[in-house]
Amino acid sequence: MWLFFHKLGSPRYFYTLSGKFLPWFGGLTLILMLLGSYWGLVIAPADYQQGDSYRIIYIHVPAAWMSLFVYIVMASAGAIGLIWKMKMADVVASCSAPLGAAFTILALVTGSLWGKPMWGTYWVWDARLTSELILLFLYLGFMGLEAAIDDKRTAANACAVLALVGVVNIPIIHYSVEWWNTLHQGSTVARMDKPAMDVNMLIPLLIMWLAFMFYYGTSLFMRVRNEVLQRERDTAWVKELVTE
Amino acid sequence: MSEASSYNAFYTILKRDLILAFRTRTEMVNPLLFFIIVISLFPLAVSPDPKVLQSLAPGVIWVAALLATLLSLDSMFRSDFDDGALEQMLLSVHPVSVLVLGKVLAHWLVTGIPLLILAPLLAVLMHMPSDSIPALMATLALGGPILSLVGAIGVALTVGLRRGGVLLSLLILPLYIPVLIFAANAVSNAAAGLAIAGQLYFLGALLALALTLTPVATAAALRISLR
Repeated sequence: MWLFFHKLGSPRYFYTLSGKFLPWFGGLTLILMLLGSYWGLVIAPADYQQGDSYRIIYIHVPAAWMSLFVYIVMASAGAIGLIWKMKMADVVASCSAPLGAAFTILALVTGSLWGKPMWGTYWVWDARLTSELILLFLYLGFMGLEAAIDDKRTAANACAVLALVGVVNIPIIHYSVEWWNTLHQGSTVARMDKPAMDVNMLIPLLIMWLAFMFYYGTSLFMRVRNEVLQRERDTAWVKELVTE
Repeated sequence: MSEASSYNAFYTILKRDLILAFRTRTEMVNPLLFFIIVISLFPLAVSPDPKVLQSLAPGVIWVAALLATLLSLDSMFRSDFDDGALEQMLLSVHPVSVLVLGKVLAHWLVTGIPLLILAPLLAVLMHMPSDSIPALMATLALGGPILSLVGAIGVALTVGLRRGGVLLSLLILPLYIPVLIFAANAVSNAAAGLAIAGQLYFLGALLALALTLTPVATAAALRISLR
């Protein structure tokens, strides 16, 4: 296990390994997304209150979950890079940031499109919306700091500190905002008893979530491979790879 | 022995920063003037109607305090970074977090306390009911140090950059949101005659958390910035 972890830290090993996984991840993303969309948009029953407009959750909810998940990945990768000085962890953190920001924007946009017919307004200063917006600011701050520092190593470490500070702060921000104002509906999936959702609606949601996870994995691998080639352009193995 | 010397180091940094601040008094005054001017813009821009101002006052005063703090943060490490004193501090035998704490405390004494003293005056300008002025002072006393402590992380991360100022606001303002929410809410509640103990306890808890964790993060950030 530790050997695998150490090997993963080598850019070359990561490059070859991710190259083998990439087609599988991409294929799974495509299959799951098609299946989830068809199930969610065609097979799943319409909601008794919201009609067909609820179907946007098949994009909105996975995107919102991913926006948090990616931040956690980013902060963990940052911590690994800071503690064990692993080059690959830095690359993973920096490549995750734009993806996470994209998921956050997607969640915000789909949410406001859904909010117009349901709440009668595109935007309300509700707790969840606000904390999602703040999460977007945190991502943008991370990317801004990374872009501002020339030296890649310093940038990665500085961003890791920022991401860790953000991780401590996200629960505080979330709860303070929640306590401040709430209109958004409560969580319907993550309950201890049965989910308050029809199984026929829940399954496509979970399929879409898996599809989003694999999409994240696919595009993360693509970005990381690209970044690795750029950073390691002076090494023998990259030159060999290019001239091949 | 080592504890005593760490305390001495803390005290020396504090004294040095206070003397430095006292010798550049005009720099110290600028954020305060900014604080006053921003607040006096609101009656001009929104409405001089006392009722409107009264409802805006807690938020406006707190946002202005936030921005004034943000403006003053840049000076926390800048001159020490430019003349190399910061590097010497990192090389010293004392824990960097202790030295950072000294600098942050000095920053709060120089900028936070004057804001605290000016606040009642501005509260009167904004037609706030006099009952809510003690609440405003209390939130500034508890929240002000948090602003300096959390801000120090951002300054430490951006101190080596040429154009750190705008970036600093992007990094720090989202982290200030909990303080803003609780403080402004406490002041509004006090104006409405409601209890504010809960908000003050929360601010106190945030202060304790910031006091213990942020000096470590700031020290780590300084080490990265000065590499």
